Amino acid sequence: MIELDIAIKNKYYANSAAVVLKDIEFTVKPGEFIAIIGPSGSGKTTLLNMLSGLEDATGQKLLCNSKELNGGEEYQLGYVFQQPRLMPWLTVKQNLQLVLPTAQNQKIETLLTQVGLAGKGDYYPKQLSGGMQRRVAIARAFAVNPELILLDEPFNSLDAPTAAKLRLLLVSLCKSCGSTVIFVTHDLSEAIYLADRIIFMSNSPSSIIHQVCVDLPKPRKESGSAELAWQAKLMAQYPKILSGSIATD
Amino acid sequence: MITIKKHTNEQVLTRRLFTLLVSVFMSPVYGRLLMLIIIASVWQSIAWYVNSADFPSLFIIIESFIYHFFQGDMLINLSVTLTRVLLSFTIAMILGVIIGILMGISKRLNQLSDTLLIIVLNIPALVTILLCYIWFGLVESAAILAVVINKIPTVVVMIREGARVVDEDLLSVAKVYKLSLSKTFFSVFLPQLYPYIMASARAGLSLIWKIVLVVELLGRSDGVGFALNTLFQFFDIAGILAYTFAFISIVLVIENLIFRPLDKLIARGVHHDRA
Repeated sequence: MIELDIAIKNKYYANSAAVVLKDIEFTVKPGEFIAIIGPSGSGKTTLLNMLSGLEDATGQKLLCNSKELNGGEEYQLGYVFQQPRLMPWLTVKQNLQLVLPTAQNQKIETLLTQVGLAGKGDYYPKQLSGGMQRRVAIARAFAVNPELILLDEPFNSLDAPTAAKLRLLLVSLCKSCGSTVIFVTHDLSEAIYLADRIIFMSNSPSSIIHQVCVDLPKPRKESGSAELAWQAKLMAQYPKILSGSIATD
Repeated sequence: MITIKKHTNEQVLTRRLFTLLVSVFMSPVYGRLLMLIIIASVWQSIAWYVNSADFPSLFIIIESFIYHFFQGDMLINLSVTLTRVLLSFTIAMILGVIIGILMGISKRLNQLSDTLLIIVLNIPALVTILLCYIWFGLVESAAILAVVINKIPTVVVMIREGARVVDEDLLSVAKVYKLSLSKTFFSVFLPQLYPYIMASARAGLSLIWKIVLVVELLGRSDGVGFALNTLFQFFDIAGILAYTFAFISIVLVIENLIFRPLDKLIARGVHHDRA
């Protein structure tokens, strides 16, 4: 299990003086499911890229179990990008095999069954629908037995039933894997359905404006009455929180 | 009443004939065959019309082909030339791909060698061939080297373009999942270059065999280029055409047996319809 301790003072865009992230400080408990909500352009993807080592994070404090996050310490990371990012020249099976160090046919079959793609292993990504491609991307992230899993608006631009199905899938996979999860979204009800805690971010240069624990029992319901009431209460308290402000008027 | 019926029958017939013609044109095999027949008949009509030894008819060319094939050195010359083509092609492709990739991914290296590339790209093929023969003598390796030097820059230019537009998003997948360097290169990076490699291989083969002929004409005592030179000295135009025909046939065979299947292999996953 992984816990994170993050403190980002100033993160600039590559080759520019514009600040993306400013004074971002939060901790993540082992096995916790964190949702990050912020307006578009608020640097949420940049934050995930820093955590995954894709974006330069020199001078920032990114600690994983009290050790430098990308300092060569081996921990398993799963990343579901906004786009599925599957290799088009590899079949579904080969795409999963790619991230595994050894041949594990059995495991791949099990995963494909879990994400509801049994029998689709020999298809190429282009032969699958957008929702199926995302399922493959999710399967790929869980294939490596991730201790930390990052998801960047993975259900964006999907129709509502498909997105709901995939959220359900995500919940069950997280449960069986026990990973620590950071989930970026701009959909509040999605965050309430999934997360233990929600972090709200402001507009660029963004910082954390509000953190709230979702104290609803699990398993939760998609737009269940308790969930809706919780959301309504939050929105009444901070009507502009989704556009990056905690101003009350 | 009867005339109208007859008229409709004719119409139906014409329409059927028309659809038949269209389907012949559209079907890949018959379309190609038809094109060949058209070219052959155009050639034959001109030959009849001109009626000169300088423009031999198809029959004379075929006769000459049979003569050179069974009694002359055509088989030996073809195999010698083909060996040179394949050897220089392989060397040029391997070196060109490596240099192209390096120039594509490293800005610094690209700046350093860009001028050199433009110079080499614009040296006339003939000059390279002459210089190689003068510096290294009229030997086989000089001939191969001359062809390779002529071909490498065009491969480099194409592969460099491919390496420049490699999808960073897919590379970041490789980075996040900590793929080994060889896995990243062969499963993520190189497949993105296949179309570029394919295009330069295609363009390369036709360019190389033309240069090889010049190389042979200038400084070798065997091969198709040498044979053509000899035929030219005897004004054996039918022989020249017979050789040309033989070599083009070989290139067509290579195209159909090697490049087309490779094309299909590379296109896997890219041109599929949704299931």
